[in-house]
Amino acid sequence: MLRLAPALAIGVLLAPVACGVLATLLPALGYLPALGGHGITFSHIEGLLAFPGIGRSVLLSLATGLITTFVALLIVIAFISGWYGTRAFARVQHIISPLLSVPHAAAAFGLALLIAPSGFFFRLISPTFTGSDRPLDLFILNDPLGLAMMAGLVAKEIPFLLLVALAALPQTNARLAGQIAQGMGYGRIGGFIFVTWPLVYRQIRLAVFAVIAYATSVVDVAVILGPLTPPTLSVRLTQWMADPDITMRFVASAGALLQLLVTVGAIAIWILGEKILARLLRRRRNAGLRYQGDRWLRSLGLGMIVAAAGVIFLGLALLALWSFAGFWAFPDMLPRGFTLGNWNRVLPSLTSPLATTLVTGLVATLIAVALALGCLEREARTGRTGGSRALLFVYLPLIVPQVSFVFGLQLFFLGLGVDATWGALVLVHLVFVLPYVFLSLSDPWRAWDTRYASISHGLGASPNRTFWRVRLPMLLKPALVASAVGFAVSVGQYLPTLLIGGGRWPTITTEAVALASGGDRRVIGVYAFVQMVLPFVGFALATLVPAFLFRNRKDMKATA
Amino acid sequence: MTGLRLDDVRIRLNGVELLHLSETIEPGDILAVMGPSGSGKSSLLAYVGGFLDANFEASGDVSLGGQKLTGLPAHERHTGILFQDPLLYPHMSVGENLLFAIPAKVTGNQRKETALNALAQAGLEGFFDRDPATLSGGQKARVALMRVLVSQPRALLLDEPFSKLDASRRDHIRQFVFDEAKSQNLPTLLVTHDEADAKAAGGKIIDLDG
Repeated sequence: MLRLAPALAIGVLLAPVACGVLATLLPALGYLPALGGHGITFSHIEGLLAFPGIGRSVLLSLATGLITTFVALLIVIAFISGWYGTRAFARVQHIISPLLSVPHAAAAFGLALLIAPSGFFFRLISPTFTGSDRPLDLFILNDPLGLAMMAGLVAKEIPFLLLVALAALPQTNARLAGQIAQGMGYGRIGGFIFVTWPLVYRQIRLAVFAVIAYATSVVDVAVILGPLTPPTLSVRLTQWMADPDITMRFVASAGALLQLLVTVGAIAIWILGEKILARLLRRRRNAGLRYQGDRWLRSLGLGMIVAAAGVIFLGLALLALWSFAGFWAFPDMLPRGFTLGNWNRVLPSLTSPLATTLVTGLVATLIAVALALGCLEREARTGRTGGSRALLFVYLPLIVPQVSFVFGLQLFFLGLGVDATWGALVLVHLVFVLPYVFLSLSDPWRAWDTRYASISHGLGASPNRTFWRVRLPMLLKPALVASAVGFAVSVGQYLPTLLIGGGRWPTITTEAVALASGGDRRVIGVYAFVQMVLPFVGFALATLVPAFLFRNRKDMKATA
Repeated sequence: MTGLRLDDVRIRLNGVELLHLSETIEPGDILAVMGPSGSGKSSLLAYVGGFLDANFEASGDVSLGGQKLTGLPAHERHTGILFQDPLLYPHMSVGENLLFAIPAKVTGNQRKETALNALAQAGLEGFFDRDPATLSGGQKARVALMRVLVSQPRALLLDEPFSKLDASRRDHIRQFVFDEAKSQNLPTLLVTHDEADAKAAGGKIIDLDG
């Protein structure tokens, strides 16, 4: 069984992406026998390019991907370089970590409640500063340039980039290198960027590509915060995919192909930018520029990261507030009263999606954790790691845009006759859960002191007994945290659930996003609140269960 | 054919030979192998115990009581090992650490009795339910030794097991370990960089440096 784990894992990561891309490519070129497409034609691609505003949609997607990633990365660099090793750093890290688990949709809804013309921010300043007790007629949400969407994405990408960078830092001797650089008169930030950052960046590059891919092709955040006329490419695609006119499937496929090109193009532009910046950096470094006056930049880095976290937290608080809000007129800061009425009203329709969310998330997570443990244990026993190629497999489903292969996968499943089944839904969740579970689990698993295993074998315990009685219990907390990460990823899945579930398996996330256009803030509040609470419960259990089991074992706290 | 036999054992790293050894350790004897770090002395223990890192190349036969060990998986060799850290399993109580080690053929009340006897022998009565994290360094070292012994090993491998102990406890623990190894008639292979350890073992000393 264990021997099969790596092959199975690679199959889970590779096969759906490969089949999905292929099943997107063929209809894009006109081949889809089920809908009467038998030959190869470029007419669908031409048709796609003739859509009004398609160029603008492409540009929006491209710009969103590049700008949000760049800004989020800059903030993370400024913060890490300016504050690594300080007490403020530890505190911020503590605040930011839980934000990773907040589903994108919930964060986007929270931001919407904060910055909308009738949102919390304008309630704070109305009517004193706006001179009006009516919401101003401003185009803040869904603005045509996508600024609100970009802000939401930046705030949500910061925790991810920060955490992957932090995971890479220990392998760079950052503190010592920084002290040496400062001893030579370099400013904190300059010294860090010259000496340590290149080493960190090399390790997190794939994660950065994943962020670019995500931001160029995101659907749920773009539906909630993004432009409407025209929306981003990925949002338009999703609309075509659900179009009652099934011949639109051809155009949608052509669009999915275009989306793939947009994402690949964005990454290519980024790589070009990397080269230019690296050369620039080298020239500055060799010139010996010290960059000593960086205090303002340090403060800015800290300020931005705290602001990003603050915005998300405030947004989540507003979601909770709205879900219990009674009458709440503009510009009142708080509702006149609180009620359980919203919950009572929504609960009957919420239970079934909630059950689907829970069961799908738990099953996908369980399979993913089993596969990841199997791969890591196999690696430990054979002494062979997959190396950088294995990491590429892990990142593959995160770098190929979801829209570009999940739609094809839907057509593929349709051909197999398993479309809209629950098994297909679990499988497609697994494709996205497995990479995160593996990435979360592999570091602590590999850092375990293997002398414990040597001792155990010397005592006569078999590798299996050693695994179940020693290694897994000792690594229970990282294993549960990885499970919580996986579950959070599953809960947050919008597009795969929508497409592969075929509308037959609504989850909290698909229901919440569907409510976005309706604009009933109380109902949205309830759904988004549940959506954000589910991952939190997962992480709470991942902390509490080991803490309870090992309450009398002092050293188990240190290892966790 | 008793004892632990090393027959023409060679260990190489990146093509460089670290050591070349042929020795027999009789039951109750202690062979001390000395050398600075990087001399390959720990890899010798790993080769005998069956957990040598794949980066090393090794050849030669190791046999124990006439049975060839090389080729057997580590958990079928019954070569108990002590490292410089006690490495008690932190998720188990002291007693559970011992129960984990006691072979399954010991059943029923025998199991707990064996564990309690071992603790008494180490001067640790009443420690069965203790959290290993609450023990002193010397106590942990003694539990680690008892954990190896109750597993009924056929040989003992010692990888600098005294190097992290305070000077005050060091002689005492060292004597305790050597006495136990001798009284159980175990062939023992000790690697160390400390001459005092090697001399205290009272057997043959091989210096890899010289």
